[in-house]
Amino acid sequence: MSDWYWIFGNLKWNSLVFFHAFESPSASEEIAAGAALMVILGGLWLVWLLTVKGWWRPLWRDWLTSPDHKKIGIMYVVVALVMLARAVAEAVVMRLQQAVAVNDPGFLSADHFGQLFSTHGTIMIFFMAMPFLTGVINYVMPQQIGARDVSFPVMNAVSLALTTAGAVLVMVSLVFGQFETGGWTAYPPYTGIRFSPGEGVDYWIWAVSLSSIGTTLSGINFAVTIYKERAPGMTLMRMPLFTWTTLCTAILMIFAMIPLTAATAMLALDRYAGFHFFTTDKGGDMMNYANLFWLFGHPEVYILILPAFGVFSEVIPVFSGKRLYGYTSLVWATMAIAVLSFTVWLHHFFTMGQSANLNAVFGFATMTIGVPTGVKVYDWMLTMYRGRLRFTTAMLFSVMFLVTFVVGGITGVMLANPTVDFATHNTLFLVAHFHNMLIPGLLFGMIAAMQFWFPKAFGFRLDERWGKISFWCWSIGFYVAFMPLYALGLMGAMRRSFEWYQPEFLPYLVVAAGGALLILCGLIALFVQLWVSVKHRDQLRVPAGDPWDAHSLEWMSAAPAPEWNFAVIPEVHGREAFLEAKRDGTAYLPPERYEDIHLPAHSAMAPLIGVGALALGFGLTWHIWWMVAAGFIGIWAVVIARSFVTDTGHVIPADVVQREHERWLELVRNTPAVDRGVEQQSENLGHAEAVI
Amino acid sequence: MRLARYLNSGGAARAGALLLAALSLAGCADLGFINPAGPVAAAQRDHLWSILWWMMPVVVPLFVLLPLILWRYRYRGAGDYRPDWTHSNQFEVLIWGLPVIIVGVLGYNLWVETVEMDPYKPLPGGEPMQIQVIGYDWKWLFLYPEQGVSTVNALYLPVNRPVEFELTSASVLQSFLIPKLGGQIYAMPGMITKQNLKGDVAGDYIGLNTQYNGNNFTDQHFDVHVVPEASFDAWVTHVKDSGAPALDEKMLAALQVPSVPEAPDLFSTAPDGAFEGVVEQAMVKGTCGI
Ligand code: HEM
Ligand SMILES: [Cu+2]
Repeated sequence: MSDWYWIFGNLKWNSLVFFHAFESPSASEEIAAGAALMVILGGLWLVWLLTVKGWWRPLWRDWLTSPDHKKIGIMYVVVALVMLARAVAEAVVMRLQQAVAVNDPGFLSADHFGQLFSTHGTIMIFFMAMPFLTGVINYVMPQQIGARDVSFPVMNAVSLALTTAGAVLVMVSLVFGQFETGGWTAYPPYTGIRFSPGEGVDYWIWAVSLSSIGTTLSGINFAVTIYKERAPGMTLMRMPLFTWTTLCTAILMIFAMIPLTAATAMLALDRYAGFHFFTTDKGGDMMNYANLFWLFGHPEVYILILPAFGVFSEVIPVFSGKRLYGYTSLVWATMAIAVLSFTVWLHHFFTMGQSANLNAVFGFATMTIGVPTGVKVYDWMLTMYRGRLRFTTAMLFSVMFLVTFVVGGITGVMLANPTVDFATHNTLFLVAHFHNMLIPGLLFGMIAAMQFWFPKAFGFRLDERWGKISFWCWSIGFYVAFMPLYALGLMGAMRRSFEWYQPEFLPYLVVAAGGALLILCGLIALFVQLWVSVKHRDQLRVPAGDPWDAHSLEWMSAAPAPEWNFAVIPEVHGREAFLEAKRDGTAYLPPERYEDIHLPAHSAMAPLIGVGALALGFGLTWHIWWMVAAGFIGIWAVVIARSFVTDTGHVIPADVVQREHERWLELVRNTPAVDRGVEQQSENLGHAEAVI
Repeated sequence: MRLARYLNSGGAARAGALLLAALSLAGCADLGFINPAGPVAAAQRDHLWSILWWMMPVVVPLFVLLPLILWRYRYRGAGDYRPDWTHSNQFEVLIWGLPVIIVGVLGYNLWVETVEMDPYKPLPGGEPMQIQVIGYDWKWLFLYPEQGVSTVNALYLPVNRPVEFELTSASVLQSFLIPKLGGQIYAMPGMITKQNLKGDVAGDYIGLNTQYNGNNFTDQHFDVHVVPEASFDAWVTHVKDSGAPALDEKMLAALQVPSVPEAPDLFSTAPDGAFEGVVEQAMVKGTCGI
């Protein structure tokens, strides 16, 4: 214990990543130092930009303290995109390392490689996928059910703050010390204190704990919102499918995050306080961790995939110019998947040595999920059948999802068989399988969502040309990067390998690396698309709000929507509420009467809790106890202070609402309704000619 | 660098062709359980392909119909347009029925095969030979109690003779896999698992720990030699007579130190209770880190 322990905890000079690059220069250390430098420069650039542009105040006032679900949703997506960039970059580095590491140590150190797959996996799941889908849900779902906000708007902001604090903690690990090397699953006893002393596992524990608490709160928020805030007339069986998948996801979030929080808390007790939950001695049992982790982990994959299913169920009918085929089937299939997802977790460790009958039960349960999933795929296909398909970027990603997801489904059914799993567990076959599910089934869904709802959120469409370039790079890149991994897995190539001993693997690894580079191009194209679209936003504007001739309520307002979403809560008469309204000619009629609207007031609670949580996480990781105390006390002080605030809302006077609403109606009246044939041209100002 | 060299040597074209090979999954080199060297791997491979075939009735319609639909119903295409068509009883029966039937068949198959290929179930072909396996950081110790020899990172198996492995770990969770022979089972500290295997094609193969356990994880592979019975007996005699050291307490303690052996080690004994001792010790004192 050094003299400075009371101030800096375990943090020392040489905890700084640059120190190693300086002391023992090597490619691996330089890459690490470069990454750290990027984090620091990125942070400094952000500070500079905010200062120069004078954006600090608007950032605080209009965004960070805002309880508006739309802004919270957008902020979630921003976090997700930043983290996506990092995780894809890491993936490319790993692929390059593996391609040059056949009977050769390559350019990375083993330890650095271990950190890379751990951060890549952890980020992709907890800090890319989860924020992305939570953001999309936040943005879309309340508008889709005709609500003004979620049920607990400030808690919503707190969820965002906690998730972001976790993401920042993972970013900070690039600069101070090391991340763990036990993968995104962090199985003990390897991650126990004996085998992994040091801060790495602690970074993981606290980052993931913050995210899982945030997610639990989000789940509660979404479920309650759907139960309580639906517009009059919107019965459960009239809810749009995205709302249905959100409901199922929310329920999964509520139940599935708890085992994870418990597992990370128990692992923390083992590490910090000498407990023996998962140690080998004194009655600890590491396989209890595996059970708890996958009791969360399997439902988690459906948390990831169901919202994307919802997105496809919105995008495909809209761009097919047709109603969704098989609504009832899709609802039941979604619920079936949600329930079954809790009954299969053991398939992640068929190889534990349990009885064959037990394996058979879980294998069979796993396979049954194939039924509702298959039904869904057919439903989407039948939605396109007898439609008039428009291949926008969002639609292209959805179609590519269908094809690619089925390939992943085949290998999923294979892996459900314990016999096949014995031979392929922990190999690249498995890695190929889950990327084959998650890239189409999550990422393509989220990209499609972004293409689809971006004009709603910002008032202008995204550039189609760059969207399509991105689409081709992602799609071809995916196949080139991951098909060879199936073959490698069948040949017995292990996952998490930083070096290889079979020269036969080389060509496959080289091809896979090429695929990863193509994927990187796809990601860059996506960012270029954003840039180009912002630049040309005047030609892409769709102020009337309905650029795609869409079906559900969120499109029945201006783009972007006013803070209060709807001037008057709409009355729902059927399944595709907006479509019905357009047909009856009631979509753009002024209401009889306007009323004052009550909205939640801005609150500094969430960002303050976020700062406290970050201090808590960082302090715990480095054993800086004063910081832990400050963070912990700070958080609860804010919570207590908040409970004395009585003025938690603000009122939008009826005449403001009226003025704003009538301006939009006027705009719609003056905007020529366009045919779908010019949907992607500047004539499309967001007023669709009724077709259906 | 290797990558650059590879691409320069006309590898890019070859790589493209290999991608197609990879797509067919059949283009694998003579490695892994799809090129089996034992009955377990062969059964697993057959099971894998049978699942693929059984999936065809559900996936082929999709792969065939989807492109047709995309073409025929494109925006200015010739297909009829029925925007309000949202339900059909015939289709409902088909899209629920077909997956239910296929999953029923595959599920039945799954059950039968899982019970049939239980790794704890001895394989036919006589009394299995016993081998005890201990996973260390980053090496494997094999004890042959019947023969009275032990090795590190070298596994000799007589061809066509069933073998029963008993496994544990002296470090963290590890996972034992010989890709050419099939099967995989965890080796866990303080616990014992079993795996039955048989090699029916003589040859030299690779064996792995597939569960990440630190920096030298990829070095923890071992040589598997499936040899004719006579050669096996000769090998045992050779180990005993070659002056290899005995596997005593001191040796066992030395193995606890994380390391990667340069070459396989041989020991002329396989003391009773050594394996059980490691299991005991894990439960009492825990396994030790770096
Ligand atoms: C964008 C292209 C992507 C590429 C090129 C890529 C590449 C990789 C690579 C090379 C690994 C390490 C494989 C190994 O263990 O040998 C990996 C692991 C992993 N990836 Fe990705 N990945 C991508 C996207 C994703 C996405 C979208 C997700 C999830 C949403 C994801 C989740 C994971 C997880 C969970 C692991 C396992 C980490 C572990 O071993 O603990 N990846 N990926
Ligand atoms: Cu699972």
